[in-house]
Amino acid sequence: MTSALGSVPTGQGGTAPSPDRPTRPSPARAHRRRWARAGGTGWLFVLPAVLMYAVFVLRPLALTIQYSFYNWNGIGVARWAGLDNYLTVFTDSDLLKIIGNALVLIVFFSFVPVALGLLVASLVRRITTGVFGTVVRTVLFLPQVIPLVAAGIAWSWLLSSNGLVNQVLRAVGLGGVARAWLGDFDTALPAVGVIGAWVLLGLCTILLVTGMSKIDPALYEAARLDGAGPVREFFAVTLPSLRQEIGVCLTVTIIAALASFDIVYISTSGGPGLQTTVPGLEIYRLAFSQRQVGLASALAVVLMLLVVLCVLPIQRLTRGDKS
Amino acid sequence: MNLSRRENLTGRVFLLVLVVVTLLPFVSMLSAALQPRGTVPSGLAWPSDPQWGNFADAFTVANMGALLRSSLLIVAGVVPVSVLIATMAGFGLGQLRVPGGRIVFALLLLGLTLPFEAVVTPLYYQMQDLGLLNTRWAIILPLIGLYMPFAVFWMRAHFSNVPVELSEAARVDGSSTWQLFWRVQVPLARPAIASLTILMFLWTWNQFLLAIVLVDDPAKRTMAGALGAFQGQWGTDLVLLCAGSLLILTPTLIVFLIFQRQFIKALIQGSLKG
Repeated sequence: MTSALGSVPTGQGGTAPSPDRPTRPSPARAHRRRWARAGGTGWLFVLPAVLMYAVFVLRPLALTIQYSFYNWNGIGVARWAGLDNYLTVFTDSDLLKIIGNALVLIVFFSFVPVALGLLVASLVRRITTGVFGTVVRTVLFLPQVIPLVAAGIAWSWLLSSNGLVNQVLRAVGLGGVARAWLGDFDTALPAVGVIGAWVLLGLCTILLVTGMSKIDPALYEAARLDGAGPVREFFAVTLPSLRQEIGVCLTVTIIAALASFDIVYISTSGGPGLQTTVPGLEIYRLAFSQRQVGLASALAVVLMLLVVLCVLPIQRLTRGDKS
Repeated sequence: MNLSRRENLTGRVFLLVLVVVTLLPFVSMLSAALQPRGTVPSGLAWPSDPQWGNFADAFTVANMGALLRSSLLIVAGVVPVSVLIATMAGFGLGQLRVPGGRIVFALLLLGLTLPFEAVVTPLYYQMQDLGLLNTRWAIILPLIGLYMPFAVFWMRAHFSNVPVELSEAARVDGSSTWQLFWRVQVPLARPAIASLTILMFLWTWNQFLLAIVLVDDPAKRTMAGALGAFQGQWGTDLVLLCAGSLLILTPTLIVFLIFQRQFIKALIQGSLKG
């Protein structure tokens, strides 16, 4: 969300921020009168969007919250359940494990791409122009453009027992570690994480490179003159200047991790056992296979809150000193 | 000078490695897709006799013609309407600053981080009640609603930065709000609208969850949803699965390569703003 919020003027009544405003107040007032007349028409512009949003997002959202207090199989009569469904979400060991899986995925979907992205971006900050730069950008964006489903299929094959990963391992004499990575209890979740990291690394790298190109070169000169090496330079100049971009990367990738569905559905269907089941997949299963709409909805509400809980602090931290 | 040249080289090598890792899944899928039908491919190996005909088989088996048509219909239903009503709302909130606009905006912000999983169950019952389940409308209508937070946010950001004096000038000329919108504001907003259109196209084409929940028939789904069904049916025939997957992701790749400059710009701005 909203690094842009900072740059959007929030003044009321249409008074655009303009330095010479105080010297000529009358146009502003006249303009205010004119817009007041347009108020009704203005609403006609906003209405269609609000209507679609209310009918297809706010209403279902309210229903999800309502369902979460009932036991309902989707067909028969719904029975009031109070907080029982939430109690189940927070005490059932399977559901807790599933929420835990989503949190583990954050490491792979967020921390790995952001850390690797920072490393790569700081190495390449001068190499973003020319043909090489264009080719690199194009390629790094490919995973972002294709359906996640296709990414899931490609990686399922890559990580399968006959796949490329094991082929390479055998070639370098590590055949002992070779296995069906997505089918093994110990490696399935990290393997799903690797797919997510692959999808998101390019986006993070390009975002960070773009951010770095905006850093004043004088800062680097100054650091060099002070005798800072590449590492000191990175922590003293690069990292602090990229606060906003890092915040954006973290926000986008954390949402992708917590709300993951496509990749897991295609590559493992949540297995083996519950090793890779994530909340999104469990909501789908509970609601449409097991017909426990109430419990599915409670899990959905918890997932929603989890996203907000993770994203809000990042927004606070990274937007802090810009405004 | 010496130092920076060495850094430059390290940077290039790193990027090259990253590019290779990014491309490997595609290459390995291609190598599997070209093996003879009925064999079990093993690792990355260029076949001695590449079976390009596998793609033709996959095209027929996956019913690609119908899938393309379905995806295009869904995109045609979602994108123009979303872009139009979001542009209008962005104009209303960012330029006209309608009374109560802040409340509307706050409500929309609420939806910005909303995972689709949180509303998909009630949407299923809502579509059932409307009699739209298993039709393309079941994907089109909810997607328009679900895109509104981001789309309105995006267009409002643009319109907030257009000086109001511009609208005032048009007012003085005696044009109505509607004329002002179409003749002055929309042409000026073209870059923002173009980026938004690209993003909406991409997100619609790749939408998976709504497609598999709300529509049973793969031929009425989005490309991504159809690919899910294709995997379910042909998951054991790796050669055909890889050929089919490559076919299904080709349209986005082509569109991406044609518009890559705008795409990358849109995606960067999209995540910076979203």
